[in-house]
Amino acid sequence: MTKLTSRRGMLFGAAAVSAGAVLAGCTSNDPDGGDDKAAADTQPAADDKPGKPVTIGYAGPQADHGWLNAVNDQAKKRAEKYSEITMEITEGSNDTAQQIGQIETLINKKVDVLVILPADGKALTQVGLKAMRAGIPVINLDRIFNSPQAYRCWVGGDNYGMGLNAAHYIGEKLKDKSDAKVIELAGIDNLELTQQRTQGFDDGLKNYPNIKKVARQAAEFTVESGQAKMAQLLQAQSDFDAMWNHDDDQGVGALRAIEQAGRDDFLMVGGAGALSAFQAIKADSGVLKATVLYPPTMAASAIDLARALGQGKGVSGLAEFEIPSTVTCYSAVVDKDNVDQYMSTGFK
Amino acid sequence: MTQHVSPPRGSTDKAAPVEGPPAWRVRLGRADVRTLTLLGVLAALVLIGGITQPDAFLDTRNLQLVLTQASVIGIVTVGVTFVIISGGIDLSVGAIVALSSVWATTVATQEYGFAGILFTAIVVGVGCGLVNGLLISFGGMVPFIATLAMLASARGLALQITDGRTQVVTVPSVLDLAERDSYVLGIPPLVLVFAAVTVVGWLVLNRTTFGRRTVAVGGNAEAARLAGIDVRRQRLYLYLLSGLCCGIAAFLLVALAGSGQNTNGNLYELDAIAAAIIGGTLLTGGRGHILGSVLGVLIFTTITNIFALNNLQSDVQQIAKGAIIVAAVLVQRRTASTH
Repeated sequence: MTKLTSRRGMLFGAAAVSAGAVLAGCTSNDPDGGDDKAAADTQPAADDKPGKPVTIGYAGPQADHGWLNAVNDQAKKRAEKYSEITMEITEGSNDTAQQIGQIETLINKKVDVLVILPADGKALTQVGLKAMRAGIPVINLDRIFNSPQAYRCWVGGDNYGMGLNAAHYIGEKLKDKSDAKVIELAGIDNLELTQQRTQGFDDGLKNYPNIKKVARQAAEFTVESGQAKMAQLLQAQSDFDAMWNHDDDQGVGALRAIEQAGRDDFLMVGGAGALSAFQAIKADSGVLKATVLYPPTMAASAIDLARALGQGKGVSGLAEFEIPSTVTCYSAVVDKDNVDQYMSTGFK
Repeated sequence: MTQHVSPPRGSTDKAAPVEGPPAWRVRLGRADVRTLTLLGVLAALVLIGGITQPDAFLDTRNLQLVLTQASVIGIVTVGVTFVIISGGIDLSVGAIVALSSVWATTVATQEYGFAGILFTAIVVGVGCGLVNGLLISFGGMVPFIATLAMLASARGLALQITDGRTQVVTVPSVLDLAERDSYVLGIPPLVLVFAAVTVVGWLVLNRTTFGRRTVAVGGNAEAARLAGIDVRRQRLYLYLLSGLCCGIAAFLLVALAGSGQNTNGNLYELDAIAAAIIGGTLLTGGRGHILGSVLGVLIFTTITNIFALNNLQSDVQQIAKGAIIVAAVLVQRRTASTH
């Protein structure tokens, strides 16, 4: 409790003092500053300068689709940026037992920080707990463990936000149209993330009373299923104004079906951020006008957080002395106007 | 699963015992009753589709759509039907389709255009079928195990080739196969290939020595061997045939989906086996029908279509599929001859 009070007091003071500091134009960097120093100035924040050496153990699932490939690439490339970082990377596996074994190997090697993207979050909770008990902090990437005790920090995507932002983008585009119709091509239906995406989409659409969702079909995140389901949807709905497809991979198939049916009377928003989708958005020659991100750069951020954690620092740009306990990556809308900026993050 | 095993065909069909089948069935013949039952189910589905979605369902474009979606899995099912009639099973068809489609769509393959993609898809399919056949015929492996191993390794290899990436097809002539402009008299090329495979399959099964040997091997392999049939070679050819069908199907899938992906052909093995079973092919071998299998595929595809047009979700669809399989097998048990 005392800790809490003191922290709150410190924050209050910091806020007041830093406001004063800004007003006074005080830019002193004297580390031995007294009470008139902003907390942010004494905050040990990780920056680009080499710090204490840190060994990061990285364990991901088998990269069986483009997004996971991109995640692994992002993590490796980010680690190369820092000279003091050593990476211990396991062979990816979708087999729970195998992944547990790989992570236990990393624990035995006594790495400083673990970054874990579990093939199955619930099933790997125990090994997360084991690492934490062994004194190795865990950065849990995307698929979340069952217990908050199994990780020091969770970094992941915002499925609900994807749906929300897709709905807002479509809503703004169709604002002036009365009785607008929207359809949804979802991913695998029995996954929680698919339900979150749909929930976000529906909640977002509630802001636009002129729009009605007239159909929803679930595909399987594969090109083949995207083509099959989209072909049926196009046959079922002879006339609609916009659609949201949860996943750019199945979108390749969906776009095929749209092309085969010779339809171009609606706008399409994708999901995840595949390179092929970015290229189509940039070319602006088809129905695909935007995609909402599920950014693979979260893996690079996880490396940054692991480095800061290993060096006992906070995140630069925030006032906190430590890294956050959860980081939910924003699901930005990428359209023609900003696609160039994101092109390099597109996954194949 | 207990199945009534009938002796190989050619046994005394005419000498019906006193407690024999009713007269109407003797006149019609067992196969006709089954075909009529399947056609009845299909007609009922068409009725349901027509009532629930008159505009979207009873439409030329929808007929083209249903037949197109049935083509890829339909061709695979024809091959699997042959294997099941011979008393075997092929669990690897979905994985072979995946491997064929990704191998045919690598950058290196696509350089050779249409011919390169077609050739690769067929060769990979036949190659996998050859491996299956050799393991089963000359390695003495049980078909279930051998093709299960092929399922795992072909999927694994497909993943290795693609690295999990979607390989988009950039050869226009291949993509054109699945486009509206290339329809012949309103019939999509994919459907034409499907029809051709069905007709050839039917002819081979019912009008050739190869077909009769297949039935004989499935009915009683030992008797077939004593009758002078080279059972091992026959089995090898059958798995080759199944692989060939997978190769053709993979090529059409590449044209349809416009890409190769290691997830292609997901669960085809179960769909194909299910279609063959409701078509009246016995899992124990010795009896089977190409037309029944094809009708089975059309029934499943039509169900999918009706559900999608009515905006119902796929979980209910799976239940309906299961119910139809059970019902079909029960009906066949009732109508199976009791001699």
